[in-house]
Amino acid sequence: MTLLETHQLSKRFGGLLAVNGCNLAVKTGEIHALIGPNGAGKTTLLNLITGVLAPNKGQVRFEGQDITHLPAHARVHRGLARTFQITNLFRNYTVRVNLELAVQARRGSSFRFWQPVFKEKALTEEAFRVAERVGLGGRFEVVAGQLSHGEQRALEVALALASRPKLLLLDEPMAGMGPEESARMVELIESLRQEFTILLVEHDMDAVFRLAQRISVLVYGQVIATGTPEEIRANPEVHKAYLGDEGGVA
Amino acid sequence: MRWPLLLVLLFLLAFPPIASAMGLEFYQGLLTKIMILALAASSLNLILGYGGMVSFGHAAYFGLGAYTAAILMREGVSSGWVIWAVAVGLSALLALLIGAICLRTRGVYFIMITLAFAQMIYYLVVSFKQYGGEDGLRARRPEFGLFELTDTALYYLSLAVLAGALYLLHRLINARFGRVLQAIRENESRALALGYPVYRFQLLAFVLAGALAGLAGVLMAHYTQYASPNLLAWQQSGHLMMMVILGGVGQFWGGVLGAAALSIVEEVLQDLTIHWQLGVGLILLAVVLFAPRGLAGLWRREP
Repeated sequence: MTLLETHQLSKRFGGLLAVNGCNLAVKTGEIHALIGPNGAGKTTLLNLITGVLAPNKGQVRFEGQDITHLPAHARVHRGLARTFQITNLFRNYTVRVNLELAVQARRGSSFRFWQPVFKEKALTEEAFRVAERVGLGGRFEVVAGQLSHGEQRALEVALALASRPKLLLLDEPMAGMGPEESARMVELIESLRQEFTILLVEHDMDAVFRLAQRISVLVYGQVIATGTPEEIRANPEVHKAYLGDEGGVA
Repeated sequence: MRWPLLLVLLFLLAFPPIASAMGLEFYQGLLTKIMILALAASSLNLILGYGGMVSFGHAAYFGLGAYTAAILMREGVSSGWVIWAVAVGLSALLALLIGAICLRTRGVYFIMITLAFAQMIYYLVVSFKQYGGEDGLRARRPEFGLFELTDTALYYLSLAVLAGALYLLHRLINARFGRVLQAIRENESRALALGYPVYRFQLLAFVLAGALAGLAGVLMAHYTQYASPNLLAWQQSGHLMMMVILGGVGQFWGGVLGAAALSIVEEVLQDLTIHWQLGVGLILLAVVLFAPRGLAGLWRREP
């Protein structure tokens, strides 16, 4: 079953067509990787899917429903959660408060003006479970800005997990990581496979080919190929447009 | 934190009889003014400090509250309760209209557009010659039924309103709503990505701040028995902003401490020299440089 689908999606910045009639389909339960050279429009596409940007043309469909004009915050409640390529946390808040805010966004209304939030034990408990899940249980009371880079990236994923998404959009989760941290992140994503559908944007080809069931290749704002890792590796067009110089990828 | 607060409250409650016994009525008036300004500054601190919305047009709601009181009195409405309700309602409505537009902008544009709206209100009000134009409008004190609004009654009324508003703000800031408001200030795109309707949170805070500023404006009209165009002018917006910065942006007691400190400093310096504004400027400069969290941040190290 198709969970997310973009149809002829286009976004223009002045003279630049960043996303150009893009058709992408993510199936329920898969880890779907989105690769492509720098400037191919990957992050723009993600911003269109999450509603941060509005497209000039085309459609975004989620669970069969047209969400093209739904505001960003409403899409989160439908089950679309994302992480950012550049770490985007509440840097002055502890891991605990970061995650409590994420849990609070999902649980009940936040237009509550009277009850002190620190008395809401349920928020803390759920926040702690999410922290443990990404290996930050022992760093619960640490201010986010003081975490190591790898830990910050893990918190970034945890914030998305806390909203219990149907589709998890990971924008270069390994960005700026050393090999050890990368391996840990691959492990983490692997552990999410059973529960979440994931759209993974990533430059680290080892990680992509290890994790993804299907891969789409984005070049100049268009998906030029979609297929299994083997099919993508064998596709001559992909080689020409993207993998060419790297020769034998993976 | 509890003890000093209780002592201050006891002092304020006991002050009027002591003052009248010792002939210090002047200081009772000064305290009334400080409490009213503290209310206005605290309302600004909600959006400026906790919401990160640098509104340079807060005088619009403050002044509108004062003018509503004066105009209603002039038109024959004498019930204080009615005047309060109308003034607070109108201020909230104005904040809703201005906020709905301004909150679509960010940064320096937000500052400029809030200022522009406030100036529009200023010139609009001044253009009504039947309501005093540039001379302002006398505003006798209304009737409250239960009590007569003497100077002392106004003192206690202002104290009660300030205490009530601060209690409300304290609950609000520590409730779910306040936490989200501060999270938006910390990182707006992250708050949006978590699924918070950022615009709605900001607008609601903006309206609430406008309503409280309007209430402060009514009290100010009762206090001076006069609605002055100065209350609407951009200098008044700047004055309230200075109080918040002096007292501590985003510090709970920032508005109160700033209003008290600035009023007292002005009072003292005005007695000493006609160049008192220079002194105020130097003091503000010193606070910004040496106590970036304002006076409230001096004894409270935690953010």
